[in-house]
Amino acid sequence: MIEITSVSRRNFLGRFFSAGAFIVAARLAPTSSAHAQQAATAGDAKIWQPSVYLGIEPDGSVLIVAHRSEMGTGARTCLPMIVADELEADWGRVRVVQAVGDVKYGSQNTDGSCSVRDFYDAMRAAGAAARTTLEHAAAGKWGVPEEECHGRQHFVVHDRTGRRLSYGELVPLASTATAPNQNAVRFKTPAEFRYIGRDVPIVDLDDLVTGKGVFGIDARMPGMVYASIERPPVLGSTLKTYDDAGAKQVRGVRQVVVIEPAQPPYGFKALGGVAVVADNSWAAMKGRQGLKVEWNPSEHATYDSAAYKQSLLETARRPGQVARELGDVDAEFARGGKVIEASYYTPMLAHAPMEPPAAVAEFKDGKVVTWAATQNPQAVQDTVAKALGISRDDVTCHVTLLGGGFGRKSKPDYVAEAALLSRQVGRPVKIVWSREDDVQFDYFHSPAGLYLKAAVNEKGLPTAWLQRSVFPPIAMQNNPDEQYGGFQLSMGWTDIPYPIPNLRVENGPARAHVRIGWLRSVANIYHAFGVQSFTDELAAVAGRDRVEYLLDLIGPPRVIDFGKEGLRQGGRNNPKYPFDTARLRHVIELAARQSGWASRKPGAGRALGIAAHRSFLTYVATVVEVEVSDKGEVRIPRVDIALDAGRVINPERVKAQFEGAAVFGTSIALMGEITAAGGRIQQSNFSDYPVARINQAPLVTNVHIVNSDAAPAGVGEPGVPPMAPAICNAIFAATGKRIRELPVKKQLA
Amino acid sequence: MIQLTVNGKTRRFDGDPEMPLLWFLRDELQLTGTRFGCGMGLCGACTVHVNGSATRSCLTPMSAAAGRNITTIEGLAAGGEHPLQKAWKACNVPQCGYCQSGQIMQAAALLLSRPKPTDKDIDEAMRGNICRCGTYQRIRQAIKLAAGVKS
Repeated sequence: MIEITSVSRRNFLGRFFSAGAFIVAARLAPTSSAHAQQAATAGDAKIWQPSVYLGIEPDGSVLIVAHRSEMGTGARTCLPMIVADELEADWGRVRVVQAVGDVKYGSQNTDGSCSVRDFYDAMRAAGAAARTTLEHAAAGKWGVPEEECHGRQHFVVHDRTGRRLSYGELVPLASTATAPNQNAVRFKTPAEFRYIGRDVPIVDLDDLVTGKGVFGIDARMPGMVYASIERPPVLGSTLKTYDDAGAKQVRGVRQVVVIEPAQPPYGFKALGGVAVVADNSWAAMKGRQGLKVEWNPSEHATYDSAAYKQSLLETARRPGQVARELGDVDAEFARGGKVIEASYYTPMLAHAPMEPPAAVAEFKDGKVVTWAATQNPQAVQDTVAKALGISRDDVTCHVTLLGGGFGRKSKPDYVAEAALLSRQVGRPVKIVWSREDDVQFDYFHSPAGLYLKAAVNEKGLPTAWLQRSVFPPIAMQNNPDEQYGGFQLSMGWTDIPYPIPNLRVENGPARAHVRIGWLRSVANIYHAFGVQSFTDELAAVAGRDRVEYLLDLIGPPRVIDFGKEGLRQGGRNNPKYPFDTARLRHVIELAARQSGWASRKPGAGRALGIAAHRSFLTYVATVVEVEVSDKGEVRIPRVDIALDAGRVINPERVKAQFEGAAVFGTSIALMGEITAAGGRIQQSNFSDYPVARINQAPLVTNVHIVNSDAAPAGVGEPGVPPMAPAICNAIFAATGKRIRELPVKKQLA
Repeated sequence: MIQLTVNGKTRRFDGDPEMPLLWFLRDELQLTGTRFGCGMGLCGACTVHVNGSATRSCLTPMSAAAGRNITTIEGLAAGGEHPLQKAWKACNVPQCGYCQSGQIMQAAALLLSRPKPTDKDIDEAMRGNICRCGTYQRIRQAIKLAAGVKS
């Protein structure tokens, strides 16, 4: 156990961070870090730390460590709520402290919608074990049986006599008590939950409405300088020559330095380039405009999105690798019944979080300290260590608030940039990507070509179903020659839940020419678009009500064991999360009922559409109302989302995630598209890579949460996949025009 | 030498007069509540009040800020008690929160000119402010709450 001492009245790093939150992060840092040593000398009263996630001070303050990153999902509030609930802490006396990167916390990679589901048990255990120890300590002091003592809102109370001792008073006793063994830990029953399942405002709320929240772009270190980097415009380009005379004429520019362009595999490496280092952000940016840089050609200069799209769609029409097979699809197609087929396309997308990638790092005495807007501080440690040839233990990563992440900030190339530059210039360096940098040098969401084909019976239901997806895979990060989808195929593709006797799921090859990464809900975006659009097409051919048809296609309630077929389900196999079609049916029925599906008959140019999809182990059905103007402009007056995510920790934040997903999905459906020409990305800012604004977003999104005791599932991403198909299905219902390529943009004009 | 007033205090600047106000606020005054989002006036994250009008500080050179009265999110209301800030909290608007300073500053200017805004007024005033988390529904709700307009 690391002994940590109270420095809550001290001011860590001078005025740079005044809030207590960041101070304790330093105290909980590995002993090798400079800050931990600094903290260890602080020497106030002793804190009791029964777990890496939890500390109690003698004054009764409860410190709960948020080891996952806060990018807007509420993880920094919701995980501590679980600890506080089991601890029976008074939430008003809880301080949440952000952890530095350290393997002792377990995974800190805040993506895959798994913060709650992977740490629900661990957070409960941390709180319950500490409460049990406090109850034990109080019982010992009173000489009464432990079973008669109960933690209640920051006190241990003796039931029979009403005597009580505060948690703060018990700290010295608890500190010397032996931790209870696992079987002795007394957990609450769900009926006793005080915070879990309740609406609790996020801990950063005050800071976020007053501008005080500290994001990566806001972090400062004494003596720091600012850098802006001209990066290779085509992946794989190397530096030919550069002229920095113009840059150096700019007032405030200090020096121009080169970071060697990255070689494949690209992983999370700094892309490299020519960096202008200056006294302030503006001088760095202006100086960069004065650079003249020439690049050597790269093989990826052949990348052209129009031609690439055609090749994806053509590849999708040819046999690929079989990822799942039931029955005999070919024999059924050959029988000569009614066969329906369709191709779909979805483009490259950029994450475009409102805060572009940003970090400050200092290399000093062979060690790096960084403050970064990162979803994955342990990856920061690894990436920076590798880039600088030092040990990961010599990299301390403090995690700031993130101004959005959506998967982009899991990849810490920008933190490596700051660390590499700091080593070169001998000062702390802040790196802030411009919006142009962010849009052009992203880890892009893959473009995808899809092909679906079905043979249908006299009722219009499929007897054979073939689906094939083709997209450059995320695995290119580690192997630039990888062309197959791998784990991405388990995201809404091989786990298609329709009980069709003849079913084949395939994947075709595609080579990446830009860095590919995961973006909020990842491959579920195009897979759900393909499956849910095609489902709607079959229902249209059959002349059926869409909700009834969807339920017929899913079939009677059952549990599907994808493991039996040797498949990973929904990204992972976990016996706690079987694919239960009853839950999928239920959210469809709920969304239909809540949206008034059966009775609402909107007028001309207005209609409803539905899509349902399970991702990140959560079942979602989305009903969208669209209004298409004479000019082909799409408005979305109303969205109804029904979801079953198992046990929900903070329903209010879950609603917020799905409201936000409706907007994110609207951007994908209606306007988002990144293209390349000559290997260069053609978009640069919100002018040519638009995202939904207040007048384009759904006017009202109603979120309906299924009350469930099942194990908690994901909530950050699952709202996204059904949006685009639901919107496009509604557009078809309103106009008769089938959208098979995203974005809708001007297709209706 | 450029002189201006920021949140009631007189400030001086003798650097590049082309430097946008945004970077003066953030890098020189350490008023980091005003955020960078696009650098082209496309997203509204950098919105401040210049002589009471909502203005994109990323497009406002220091030469144009000279002699002006600047209000940032830090100076909007003592103790963060502006009716909009209270409404923002009551509606739990922020997700990541990064853009919310700009959203609130934009909304504050709206309420000065239209104390009882309609949905259309809100669309017109707020369409320049992007929220990638998608909190628009609650932004609309919070503006109406602060204005005492029925949702």
